[in-house]
Amino acid sequence: MAEYAAPLNDMRFVLKHVVGLDQVNALPGWDEVTEDVVDAILEEAAKFAGEVLSPLNASGDKAGATYSDGKVTTAPGFRDAYWQFVNGGWGNILAPVEYGGQGLPALLSTPVEEMWGSANVAFKLCPMLTLGAIEALHQNASKELQDRFLPKMVTGEWTGTMNLTEPQAGSDLSLVRTKAVPQADGSYRLTGQKIFITYGEQDYTENIVHTVLGRVEGAPEGVKGISLFVVPKFLVNADGTLGARNGVRCVSIEHKMGIHASPTAVMAYEDATGYLVGEANRGLEYMFVMMNAARLGVGLEGVSLCERSFQRARDWARERLQGRPIGVAGAARTAPIIQHPDVKRMLLTMKACAEATRALAYQVSAYLDRSRRHPEESERRRCQALVDLLIPVVKGWSTETAVEVASLGVQVHGGMGFIEETGAAQHLRDARISTIYEGTTGIQANDLVGRKVGREAGATMKALLAAMDEEAAACRASEDAGLRALGVRLAAALAALDRATDWIVTVYADDPGAVAAGSVYYLELAGIVTGGWMMARAARAAARQLAAGEGDPAYLEGKRLTAAFYAEHLLPQAAALAETVCTGGAIVRAADEALL
Amino acid sequence: MKILVPVKRVVDYNVKVRVKADQTGVDLANVKMSMNPFDEIAVEEALKLKEAGKATEVVAVSAGPAACQETLRTALAMGADRAILVETDAELQPLAVAKLLKAVVQKESPQLVLAGKQAIDDDANQVGQMLAALLDWAQVTFASKIAADGGKLTVTREIDGGLETVEVALPAVLTADLRLNTPRYATLPNIMKAKKKPLDTLKPADLGVDVAPRLKTLKVAEPPKRKGGVMVKDVAELVAKLKSEAKVI
Repeated sequence: MAEYAAPLNDMRFVLKHVVGLDQVNALPGWDEVTEDVVDAILEEAAKFAGEVLSPLNASGDKAGATYSDGKVTTAPGFRDAYWQFVNGGWGNILAPVEYGGQGLPALLSTPVEEMWGSANVAFKLCPMLTLGAIEALHQNASKELQDRFLPKMVTGEWTGTMNLTEPQAGSDLSLVRTKAVPQADGSYRLTGQKIFITYGEQDYTENIVHTVLGRVEGAPEGVKGISLFVVPKFLVNADGTLGARNGVRCVSIEHKMGIHASPTAVMAYEDATGYLVGEANRGLEYMFVMMNAARLGVGLEGVSLCERSFQRARDWARERLQGRPIGVAGAARTAPIIQHPDVKRMLLTMKACAEATRALAYQVSAYLDRSRRHPEESERRRCQALVDLLIPVVKGWSTETAVEVASLGVQVHGGMGFIEETGAAQHLRDARISTIYEGTTGIQANDLVGRKVGREAGATMKALLAAMDEEAAACRASEDAGLRALGVRLAAALAALDRATDWIVTVYADDPGAVAAGSVYYLELAGIVTGGWMMARAARAAARQLAAGEGDPAYLEGKRLTAAFYAEHLLPQAAALAETVCTGGAIVRAADEALL
Repeated sequence: MKILVPVKRVVDYNVKVRVKADQTGVDLANVKMSMNPFDEIAVEEALKLKEAGKATEVVAVSAGPAACQETLRTALAMGADRAILVETDAELQPLAVAKLLKAVVQKESPQLVLAGKQAIDDDANQVGQMLAALLDWAQVTFASKIAADGGKLTVTREIDGGLETVEVALPAVLTADLRLNTPRYATLPNIMKAKKKPLDTLKPADLGVDVAPRLKTLKVAEPPKRKGGVMVKDVAELVAKLKSEAKVI
């Protein structure tokens, strides 16, 4: 089976010519992140992803992680791969420098993480969650706690987890019940059950550091009474050595539809010693601070799986011989199916979606870096607002798109796609969780229409629309007929997004239920249109390079093709989505559940 | 012991090369280039010798256009201490490379030159041998195992039909075969550090070497297309075809 080959040409092009690597490495402290260093890092990550992680993807899916008597055994090869990954320094690319991390920009870690996800998404989750736990502690915990836990988490000697969900508290964390009883020494004793804990137990490392949401005894009901704790599997002595086994145990792992190699643990806390992170009752707030990064990470899984499914389907379609293609002059009686118009359409859709979701995710990473390090307060604020607006779009739209793209990947394979040995089905099964965890698409959409658009009267979306209008105008003013056509399509799609935004702003205060009923359509609309904006920018950059005789003409022509295809096949959906957003909410809100 | 490791920038081994329409060579436009895989093995072995305390410094050297810097940075990211580029846009043939390396050896005075046995682009398999002759040093080619002990090395070589173990006194030129080791992946911190390691650039003229080609390429052509197979009825027909058509028996 073909291994993953990272799309380095597209990654580089988007970084350098679309989202502005030069603006990110101009930020304070990142002057070392020059183009040649970025190239070297991407090349080496591509090698590691293709040669080490990708070969374990199908075998990991088949074997899965297994559980016996409190212990989890990861799929064959995963442990070795983990240590190779950690020794290669890949785990701490974003981790804080003062604890031994490399503190590199999100814009650089994003393509690297995309590669891990394409090569082996079940593997990638462990380092991703460790980084999440590192961030939660680094931003909120006392120096003493940071000193105790962070150095070994940053090296990867210990992993980290996030324990939020309980059986009765899924999307609604206000229902968290895990109880924390204060002790005389300032620590707490935690008791409760956590479920869906990714890599809650593993055989990679000697210790695991759990970050846990719980309630201090006597805390108020609801979200205002939730605190964040750090609970290690083994207690850590003052000198850094490991002490007693703590009262937290993995009692089983789940049998899942996909990501089989990632152990999803049920964790039992019985008088487990934990330490309060930051102040009591502010746990959810702390978690939300890092939620942006986590949601961007899951959105990237969408990009990763679009790319991987596309590669597999394309390679298959080039080899598989069936039938004479319709309307293709001179085609063989039995031709490679890539020549059939409908198969070609599916592959173009897959490629265009991979490229559009990629560019948008990279753009948001660039905004994230600017929001953290730009010397001017106003620019930091502007970028932060764009990050907040676009994170639910990247999370919701990229993952929903990945499910569709992976499904098309199965379709391209025909009957063999339904057979596991081609590998197409695994991508669909693996992609399916990405629209659910870290907040379902519905939650992302409610966040988008409510907190991000409704509450600020659409201010940031309007500013973004203005920027996108400029791009459409630039395309329409071009000498290049292809760009002009793209500009016309983009302008029409922008008008649809503008209309839907106006409707939400007008209706949100009085009829939030109607807005919520159509919110997922609005999210999809925002995704398709912002994706089209990215494709237009890419097409314009490609045209510029082709005219100047720069770059690889075959790649650049390919970019023009996917951009034009995107404009003609995906952007027209914007008008229909806007129509449903504006008119389709009332019937849902009014519908009597008894009639269902 | 100081080790000099020559590294060549070649078309990446994953690339399916195409011959240029005018048959003057292989089309290199927009083709991915990487370090010659046998040279990667040589770098790895040099680093292992250093990590084992047998070598003190590993210097990577390349000859060719400015883009060879990328190949040298790869060697530095793997762990080489510094790098030298002999920069020229001229076509370099094995003898010219050997002469350039001889000049670099005389400048740097390494005790060991550890090279790949051949480059995967032209498959010449000549530079190591020519360099040893020009320097009048001992040479051990096709090494699959190296043990260092004081001033000498014990080297296992892959030869037709088996393995041969020889002892060689330093200074020497060694060339690495495929099974010598598996090269490491560069670590992220080392990729970042590579940028800060010294990379000196020289010109062939600085070394007093004339790199003018001595060989002339007449034509580069694709190998003939494979013909489809045929089913034979029986052994007799097979033998007849091998005799009359393939003319191999």
